[in-house]
Amino acid sequence: MAGKQVGEMSFEEALGELEAVVGRLERGEVALEDSIALYERGAALKARCEAKLAEAEEKVAKITLSADGQPAGTVPLDAD
Amino acid sequence: MDLIDDAPDPGPDAGDNNPAFTVSEIAGAVKRVIEGEFGRVRIRGEIGRVSRPASGHLYFNLKDDRASLDAVVWRGQAARLSVRPEEGLEVVATGRLTTFPGASKYQLVVEDMAPAGAGALMAMLEARRKALAAEGLFDAARKRPVPYLPEVIGVITSPSGAVIRDILHRLRDRFPRRVVVWPVAVQGQACAPEVARAIAGFNALPAGGPVPRPDVLIVARGGGSLEDLWGFNEEIVVRAAAASTIPLISAVGHETDTTLIDHAADLRAPTPTAAAELAVPVRAELLAQVAGLGGRLTTGAAQGVQRRRQRLADLSRALPRPERLIEGAVQRLDQVAARLAVALRGGQQARRLRLARLVLQPAALRQRLRGEGRTLQGLAARLAPALARRVAERRARVDSLARVLGSLSYTGTLARGFAVVRAGERIVTRAAYAAPLMEVEFADGRVTVQAGPPPRRPRRDEAPPEQGSLL
Repeated sequence: MAGKQVGEMSFEEALGELEAVVGRLERGEVALEDSIALYERGAALKARCEAKLAEAEEKVAKITLSADGQPAGTVPLDAD
Repeated sequence: MDLIDDAPDPGPDAGDNNPAFTVSEIAGAVKRVIEGEFGRVRIRGEIGRVSRPASGHLYFNLKDDRASLDAVVWRGQAARLSVRPEEGLEVVATGRLTTFPGASKYQLVVEDMAPAGAGALMAMLEARRKALAAEGLFDAARKRPVPYLPEVIGVITSPSGAVIRDILHRLRDRFPRRVVVWPVAVQGQACAPEVARAIAGFNALPAGGPVPRPDVLIVARGGGSLEDLWGFNEEIVVRAAAASTIPLISAVGHETDTTLIDHAADLRAPTPTAAAELAVPVRAELLAQVAGLGGRLTTGAAQGVQRRRQRLADLSRALPRPERLIEGAVQRLDQVAARLAVALRGGQQARRLRLARLVLQPAALRQRLRGEGRTLQGLAARLAPALARRVAERRARVDSLARVLGSLSYTGTLARGFAVVRAGERIVTRAAYAAPLMEVEFADGRVTVQAGPPPRRPRRDEAPPEQGSLL
């Protein structure tokens, strides 16, 4: 269970494990001592998911190309 | 007729009506006629061998089953062609005829070109699709999963127009992300090389570089004719899409349009808007989902404790009081203890009773004695008669045997005149046994005889003496 560090997980990984943790707690299939550790991991996973969801910034850039067609940098793109 | 009208003045050979041209003159004349007459023509034919020298000009020839026509596309025009000239493609080329006086040649200067018919183009497209599929570029095994929530999305499309606007709007609605647009021409001759370079360029970006490396690519273009979308059928584009290590979503044209890049892409979206939907999930839904899971997490943990508390209470109630545990045993002990004294007395009494019954009873003994006495008397009474009967029986038997014995005795023989000779106790039956003194028994008594010499006329020397006496 405690394989990957929560802080290194992608949103999808964290969400998938959070679902598994919740399911195990709800089915009551963990020992009382373990359920506390499990709850803490679940809370960390939830925080990870929320952090990933909070990174909802929109930044639209357009690549500028150098003369030889290589990307030289970016400039903001206003498509509206 | 124009030729004659435009003819220069007659030369020195005035004797002939026909004026003489210089080669240049006739070449110029031909050029004027041809370029005047065919200043704008549409020519249908199949493209023969295509050559693309470094100059950027494009040379090929148009042909049908009997004739061939050289054609050239100048560099400036080549980029603007909607169809990339390709050997075997049947096209209608628009342009003008020019002559090349230096080599007595004429050619078509192409300004635009269109496939001769959708059928021809589709046939070529199908052939190309089969060839690329045979290479395995479209294999399902090559497809990579598109990330669930990409951080950076690379969009390869025209930086202006409805397509990029639609994509950005839909991304903003669902989940605002960092978007990097690689501007490309989405039609014309430049389209294919630019799109291919953009795909390769995004893949070449290092992670953590100044330009963020996308987690997913969208190659998008709005709807258009088959010719408009042709760039996305080009082999270089298909190969670049297949080689992309970044998962790629293609969204070219409308839902009904299928281009070859769609086959090589990891995911095909029917429209650019749909590509944005495939690229990111809906943030609001995810927030709700995470919040819901958070609630269930807390509830689940609390319920785990609550459930155990309840269970403990239930079990505590079900647990009996300690005294209840031994009540039964105590009761049994009491019952058994009560029976112990009784049992002891009872056992004693039973034995006493048996002992009492076992006391000797004279009456019974006497009765038995009387019985035995009677038996004895009976037997005694039967003893004397039985004995007498037995004696009588034996006597009768003896008498009968005596009679038999008498009839068998040698005394009978003696009665008939024979005698028995004994020497001592021994009966002499041969002369050899004769003794000096012998006893002769007759029927009426015994005499003792003395053995004498043998008789006078012995027939033999040793005739047994007793024989004579016997006879």
